[in-house]
Amino acid sequence: MNARDNLLSGRSGEWMKKAPVLIVFLVLIFLSSMGSSLAMAAGNPPWQQDGTPRQPTDDEVNAVAKQLYCPVCENIPLDVCPTLACEQWRSLIREKLAAGWTEDEIKTYFVNQYGDRVLATPPTRGLNWLVYIIPPVAILAGAVLLFRAFSAWKKPAAESETAVPPSAPEDLPDEYAARLEEELRKRQAGASTLKKGES
Amino acid sequence: MTSEPVEVTNVIEEARPRLQWGRILVWGGLILLLVMLALGLLRTQRGPVLIGQNAPQFILSTFDGQQINTQDLAGKVLVVNFWASWCKPCEQEAADLEAAWKAYAPGEQGVFLGVDYVDTEPEALAYLNKFNITYPNGPDLRTRISQAYRIRGVPETYIIDRQGKLAHVQIGPFRDLAQITGFIDPLVAP
Repeated sequence: MNARDNLLSGRSGEWMKKAPVLIVFLVLIFLSSMGSSLAMAAGNPPWQQDGTPRQPTDDEVNAVAKQLYCPVCENIPLDVCPTLACEQWRSLIREKLAAGWTEDEIKTYFVNQYGDRVLATPPTRGLNWLVYIIPPVAILAGAVLLFRAFSAWKKPAAESETAVPPSAPEDLPDEYAARLEEELRKRQAGASTLKKGES
Repeated sequence: MTSEPVEVTNVIEEARPRLQWGRILVWGGLILLLVMLALGLLRTQRGPVLIGQNAPQFILSTFDGQQINTQDLAGKVLVVNFWASWCKPCEQEAADLEAAWKAYAPGEQGVFLGVDYVDTEPEALAYLNKFNITYPNGPDLRTRISQAYRIRGVPETYIIDRQGKLAHVQIGPFRDLAQITGFIDPLVAP
C-alpha cells in the first residue's frame, strides 16, 4: 500500500468514525426545522351534555386563528390582527368550531375561499416542497463542506507523521526506477574504480 | 510493486467524470432555483393592468349560485367592482353603483359584476342587503380574480370596453353617480 492509499483509507476511516455523530447532528437540525406543530385531528362535539350548543373558547378560536393569515393584513397572524376583516374571520372560525368542524376542515375551508397564502405554513405540494427541502439540504451541504474543510486543515500534520518519503521505490514508475537504478549502478561502479585507483 | 500507481491512476480517471456530473447537477440546481426566484419576483413586481391592455378573463361564482364567464360578455361594456363588507369606503359608492347598474341594465349595454374580496359570506350578504344591490356579486375564490387584476386594495373598479380592453381604473370610491356614468357613457355609445 502506498502513501496515497494510506491517505485514502485514513480519510475514509475518519469519515466512518465521525459519520454517526454527523448524522445525529443533521437529523436534529432537520427535525427542528420541520417544527413541532401537529394538527389536532379530532374536532369538538357541537353539543354540550345538557343539549345546548357548545360555545368554543377564545383559546380554541385562537389556536386555529394563529395558523392563518389574512391577505389584507400581511404578516400578522389572525389571532392578533386587529382589523375588522380579521375579526370577521375569527367569528367565522368560532361558528365553524361551534358547528363541530375540525381544525383541518376549517383550514381547508379558508384555503378554498382565500387561497394557500392564508396558511402560516405552505402546504406540502407542488413547488412548495422546495420550501421544505432546500433549507435542510443547504444545511447538510454546508455541514459537509465544513467537515471537509476542517479535515483538510488537520491533514498536513497527520501526513507528516505517516507519510512515506516520495522517493520510495514503489511509488516510482517502472521506467524511471530502472533509469535511477542504472544511474546508481554506474555511480557505484565509478566509485569502486576510483577507490581501486587510489589504493 | 509496479501495479499500484496504475490502479491509482485508474481510480482518479474513474472518479473525475462523476465529480463533473456532481458539479453540473449542483450548479444546474442552483441556476434553476435562481431562475424560479427571479420569475417569482418578476411576477410579484408586475404593476397593475394598464389602460388599453386586454382585461383578464375570469369566471365569477355568484352568491346565488350562478357562474358568469366574462368571455360570454364579449361586446358589452363590463364594470368590475372589487369590494368587501369590512371596507368603509366601499359603502360610499355602493348605492351609486347600484343606481348606475339600473340605468344601463334595460338596454343590456353595460354589465356590472361585484367581486367580494377576502370577505366572509354572512357579512357580505348583509352588506348586499343593506345597500339593495341587485347586480351579480360573488366571492373572489382563492383571490384569483384580484390577483389577475393585481388590485392594490378595495374599493377598485375596472371599466372594460366592448373590445375587452381596459378603459378606466378607479382606485378608491366613485364620488357620485355622475362620475360613474361619465366613464361608461362614451363606451356604450354606438
